[in-house]
Amino acid sequence: MSDVVLRLSGIVKSFPGVLANDHVDFTLKRGEVHALLGENGAGKTTLMNIAYGIYKPDEGDIYVDNRRVKITSPHRAMEYGIGMIQQHFSLVPSFSVAENITLGLKEFGIFPKMESVKKKIESLSQKFGLDVSADSHIWQLSVGEQQRVEILKLLYMNARIMILDEPTAILTPQETENLFKTIREMVKNGASVIFISHKLKEVLKISDRITVMRHGRMLDTIPTSVADERILARKMVGRDVLLKVSKKPSSPGREILEVENLWSRGDKGQYAIRGVDLKVRSGEILGIAGVEGNGQRELAESIYGLRRYTGRVVIDGEDMLPLDVTSRIRRGVAYIPQDRKGLALCGGLPIYYNFFLKVFDSPNFSFNPYMFNPSYLRRGAEQMVKDYSISTPSVDLEAKYLSGGNMQKVVLAREISGSPKLIIAVHPTRGLDVGAMEFIYKSLLRERNKGVAILLIAGDLEEIFTLSDRVGVLYEGEIVGYSKPDESHIEEIGLMMAGVGSIDA
Amino acid sequence: MNQDMITSTVSGAIRAGTPLLFATIGEILTERSGILNLGLEGMMLMGAFTGFAVSYNTGNLWLAVIAAMAVAGLLATLHAFMSITLRVNQVVSGLAIVFLGSGLSGFWGQAYVGVQSPSFVNFKIPLLGNIPIIGEILFDRDPLVYIGYLIVPLVWLFLYKTRYGMDLRAVGEAPDAADARGINVSLIRYIYTIVGGALSGLGGAYLSLAYTPMWVENMTAGRGWIAIVLVIFAIWDPLLAMVGAYLFGGISVLQFGLQVAQIPIPANIMKMFPYLFTIIVMLFTSSERIKKRFGVPSALGIPYSREEKG
Repeated sequence: MSDVVLRLSGIVKSFPGVLANDHVDFTLKRGEVHALLGENGAGKTTLMNIAYGIYKPDEGDIYVDNRRVKITSPHRAMEYGIGMIQQHFSLVPSFSVAENITLGLKEFGIFPKMESVKKKIESLSQKFGLDVSADSHIWQLSVGEQQRVEILKLLYMNARIMILDEPTAILTPQETENLFKTIREMVKNGASVIFISHKLKEVLKISDRITVMRHGRMLDTIPTSVADERILARKMVGRDVLLKVSKKPSSPGREILEVENLWSRGDKGQYAIRGVDLKVRSGEILGIAGVEGNGQRELAESIYGLRRYTGRVVIDGEDMLPLDVTSRIRRGVAYIPQDRKGLALCGGLPIYYNFFLKVFDSPNFSFNPYMFNPSYLRRGAEQMVKDYSISTPSVDLEAKYLSGGNMQKVVLAREISGSPKLIIAVHPTRGLDVGAMEFIYKSLLRERNKGVAILLIAGDLEEIFTLSDRVGVLYEGEIVGYSKPDESHIEEIGLMMAGVGSIDA
Repeated sequence: MNQDMITSTVSGAIRAGTPLLFATIGEILTERSGILNLGLEGMMLMGAFTGFAVSYNTGNLWLAVIAAMAVAGLLATLHAFMSITLRVNQVVSGLAIVFLGSGLSGFWGQAYVGVQSPSFVNFKIPLLGNIPIIGEILFDRDPLVYIGYLIVPLVWLFLYKTRYGMDLRAVGEAPDAADARGINVSLIRYIYTIVGGALSGLGGAYLSLAYTPMWVENMTAGRGWIAIVLVIFAIWDPLLAMVGAYLFGGISVLQFGLQVAQIPIPANIMKMFPYLFTIIVMLFTSSERIKKRFGVPSALGIPYSREEKG
């Protein structure tokens, strides 16, 4: 095939505890916009960072124009015509636009001639509809403008293969429209574009072909003409059934969590949660399905008290608004966050410390928080390691050396040992192997059978089906509907996840 | 204050400021590349000692200056190796350089205490030196002061107008961006750490070859630390560094002037002013926007590795 400009073959890349890319194959044809679709953590960015020379693959080959190449650095990638716009821009803030574009180019003498550069930048920005002044400094520009500078950089260097990593995440709808115009113009001029995203609508709008990735594996490549949101949503978050955990019918008791008209802002300041109402009763698991980025993290953090919100969060009859995280923990709220390395554990502390992080100031724990006794803690920790079959040589091992599954077991052991009334679990099995997954499923179901209320927020539909008693679908910060967790409702759930479903409760 | 006193204070300020100027410009180059070298005091001491020893033994002042720069550059190479190649904590490595420099110079310098060696003498520049007052203050000085005048605009031009200066600033501000454009981050950091060390050695040599032409143990008396403070004061800009160095030099001279004039400001208060200024400057430069505007090296003190990002 002569029209394939970039081919990745059998790419394997692992990080400690996570297999980010598992024998991935990917081809990019000349003149196409190829969307790479998948949830966060599916391995899209890792794969493209390999093509761009930031990561070295553990296995696998890269072919550019059907020649096998070794891409050892972004600079080398540029020499093959591959350019990438990462989510974190590579711009020097104090430099002007023109200086950023000329940085490192060997064609200049000791004193770079900025005038000719500026002329070329202006003609490029006119041709491709990129409205940026060559003299402005990066620190003066909005993120949308900075992105246009990054595009200009690639155009200036005649990149033929352009990788855009979640380019629309930071853009307003109008800016997104303009970006799409620019992409079409670039393709017309002979470029091929890889468009990484988890937004279904945009992918359908801009791409010619769509490749879906899940759990580090390449799932499928389909022409955009035969795809629709429902198909894509299912492919993205559905999983081949790997394990079945038997589940007794639930016997829900009293209401533990009640959320009323919850509004909360995301990190960028816009509302991420827009008037959510939900109830979870004791002995029940409420699954929240949805495509990543529709407010999942903000919902969990608001209930746990990590994020400001308006509206009511009532736990076991008590309004939580004036209470901080510590007070909520004392009232029996447990939290399994999606970022287990950053938020749930202290990687540099030994495992036994991590077990007791949350109870150091607990009044009912039988030790003095100012002069605690390590051997006492170790004994408790050793019991927990045994109970949760955490594989570690010692409880003194620093938590960061554990595998992902064992890390999550440490988190789970700690959260459950506090005898919570409510467990908030966000993507609790992301990146874990089947064994660890099964263990976590069983632990959560055991807690539910004991009468704990569980709010399960997950991207994986199979996981939601396995665990939950009811399913709510989160779309653009709202619960757009509820459904029953079984395969016969998957169509309905998929539609709601894509934002085209019914609003029936 | 009469005219004589003003002339002597200003010219004293320039003389006292010159060693600070060299060290500060050197550290600006080093920090612009993203490496924090706290070892200035040690490198200046080794420069001062080496310069004096070479001048004493050979009688060649310029050879002495070159040797001082080479030895200080060697110490800086050690710091570069530890912080760039071994990626150890740069603060710890820098402090080690301080103790190494002061220990070695004190030990080897024992033989040179109380002896005389050739030193730089004032050289009046024709025409310029004849301008009344200004000529006397600025253009009737020793050659190293003139080098100080020249080095500031040259470094400024280099930093802001040349390709190599752009590379340097990019490495300190956004090493990943520089790396993506094929700039060798480690190499640039090595070069400017060594160059910065050599300049601090020149600052040290100025002390023992011109300012107080003799060798005394620990004769830098904290000037290395003041230079580190001056870098922040100057917001990593060579022109402001010149202002700061002469200002701080002036304050140290003024302490004596005020005593002579019997103006009752205690010397300790005077000594405090530079640091007070610096704290004020730090308050102003703490905002992200200002940092980006002035190109404060945001990767300062952070080892760079391509794969270790998020």
